[in-house]
Amino acid sequence: MTTAVRLRGVEKHFPHVHALRGIDLDIEQGEFFALLGPNGAGKTTLISILAGLTRATKGVVEIMGFDVTRQYREARRALGVVPQELVYDPFFTVRETLRLQSGYFGLRRNDAWIDELLDNLGLADKADTYTRRLSGGMKRRVLVAQALVHKPPVIVLDEPTAGVDVELRQSLWAFIRRFNREGHTIVLTTHYLEEAEALCQRVAMLKEGRIVALDRTENLLRAGAERHLLLELDPPELPAFLQSRLKGREGQHFVLDLPDYGDLEAILANLRAAGIAIRGMSLAQADLEEVFLKIMHGGAS
Amino acid sequence: MSGGFRTLLYKEILRFWKVLVQTVGAPVLTALLYLLVFSHVLSEHVQVYPGVRYTAFLMPGLIMMSILQNAFANSSSSLIQSKITGNIVFVLLPPLSYLEFFLAYLIAALVRGFAVGVGVLLVGLFFADIEMRYPLWILAFALASGAVFACIGILAGIWANQFDNLAAVQNFIIMPLTFLSGVFFSIHSLSPFWQSVTHLNPVFYMIDGFRYGFFGQGDVDPWLGLAVVTPFVLLLSGLTLVMLKSGYKLRH
Ligand SMILES: Nc1ncnc2c1ncn2[C@@H]1O[C@H](COP(=O)(O)OP(=O)(O)O)[C@@H](O)[C@H]1O
Ligand SMILES: [Mg+2]
Repeated sequence: MTTAVRLRGVEKHFPHVHALRGIDLDIEQGEFFALLGPNGAGKTTLISILAGLTRATKGVVEIMGFDVTRQYREARRALGVVPQELVYDPFFTVRETLRLQSGYFGLRRNDAWIDELLDNLGLADKADTYTRRLSGGMKRRVLVAQALVHKPPVIVLDEPTAGVDVELRQSLWAFIRRFNREGHTIVLTTHYLEEAEALCQRVAMLKEGRIVALDRTENLLRAGAERHLLLELDPPELPAFLQSRLKGREGQHFVLDLPDYGDLEAILANLRAAGIAIRGMSLAQADLEEVFLKIMHGGAS
Repeated sequence: MSGGFRTLLYKEILRFWKVLVQTVGAPVLTALLYLLVFSHVLSEHVQVYPGVRYTAFLMPGLIMMSILQNAFANSSSSLIQSKITGNIVFVLLPPLSYLEFFLAYLIAALVRGFAVGVGVLLVGLFFADIEMRYPLWILAFALASGAVFACIGILAGIWANQFDNLAAVQNFIIMPLTFLSGVFFSIHSLSPFWQSVTHLNPVFYMIDGFRYGFFGQGDVDPWLGLAVVTPFVLLLSGLTLVMLKSGYKLRH
């Protein structure tokens, strides 16, 4: 099967910034993929290169097998982009905006699909409103609809939920998930790491123009952060067989390393055998936030 | 040409059509004011061509000036607005070629220029009998000259970073070129020095050839005019296409 997004040795030099320093990345069809990284890491630059808004200084960039400069028509037809900036054309209403966007892709009669987009994005009653009169969240929805007018196989969203209320985030993701179930490839950048964790099968972390981590989300979670077992014991002393796991104390709790949940049962059995009662217990789950911070501060993993 | 081209052209026309009062009405009114003032002040005293009243003489110049200024205004303001608001991405993301992009902005600018030109002509008919002896010359000079200024508008709109830059082009290039070109007078009334200066201004040939189409007389032969204007059309179209192809200031 053709790779949805293929990047090889992609570099981007701006006059004073080396924004991308050799990106190799394959995103397969049907993936839900997250691009994470702090501000200035190069996420938007990378997306702009996919979209042909910026030209790579070096390297190969393909969308569904089409080179973004040599076969730009096919590549752009295969791609829908929701830009990071809340842009709109003040001269047009929501429906006009979507009709024009359809037309740019050569779709003349697209109203049935436009209506479906409007319905699903909660814009149906705003169809004849000028886009300049919409709130920020509504403008964002119009941008999403614009990216989807031509039902592109690859959909890229650059921080689509920045500054958007929780309700919209939920409905937006439900809608995007539907596209993903129907086989569309989704690539997103986000600052809300829990979003990437909940939605994405694979994550690339970008730092200063380089990919510093790239793996399935669950692998990153497993490898990137230790899991901890927090125990409050009676008597409040840690038995010898647990000393090697001790990481520290949090109030009444001993914080213990627990890389493998399978060890839990043996630990509890040993405690019971030693006649030590358990007053309180909790498991500290790693989240992407932790992995992210660790990788970003600790350099490449 | 793809369906995308037609839509971009339609959008560029719709953009000014929606605000017709400002984009066509205002420039027609400006031309009308020139007409009233100049014809009132000068009409009894100036006989430019035998058998042509000054008011009638003035009309082609005013029409051409309106076409040029509005062709420039349309492409330049559309591009700078799209760049500043960021919605230029809406037309950069779709599969449009740079040639389609060029033609859409060019043709829309010509449509706006002609809409204003026709408006000025219709108003002028209240003030003077205007014959149109050679419609083909009229059309040829309107098209070629409008295209030159549409291209200057595209180039300026892409180059400019803010409205101030465009205003500078407007005030220091477009206005002097159009005013010092024989809109309001025949250059035969000028001193030899200023006559030769005016001969260096391509807009002089645009207006003179256009006027020839109306009256069958002008300061220079219309073929010479066409020979001067056509290279400018080719040069500026070529320059604009090269700029668009390079992605200058549009695709960084
Ligand atoms: N057009 C540009 N000209 C110069 N530098 C740029 C341009 N666009 C982005 N940069 C720089 O490239 C780096 C990456 O930016 P960006 O891709 O926007 O990061 P992110 O989206 O991850 O926050 C930043 O240092 C930014 O300042
Ligand atoms: Mg960004």
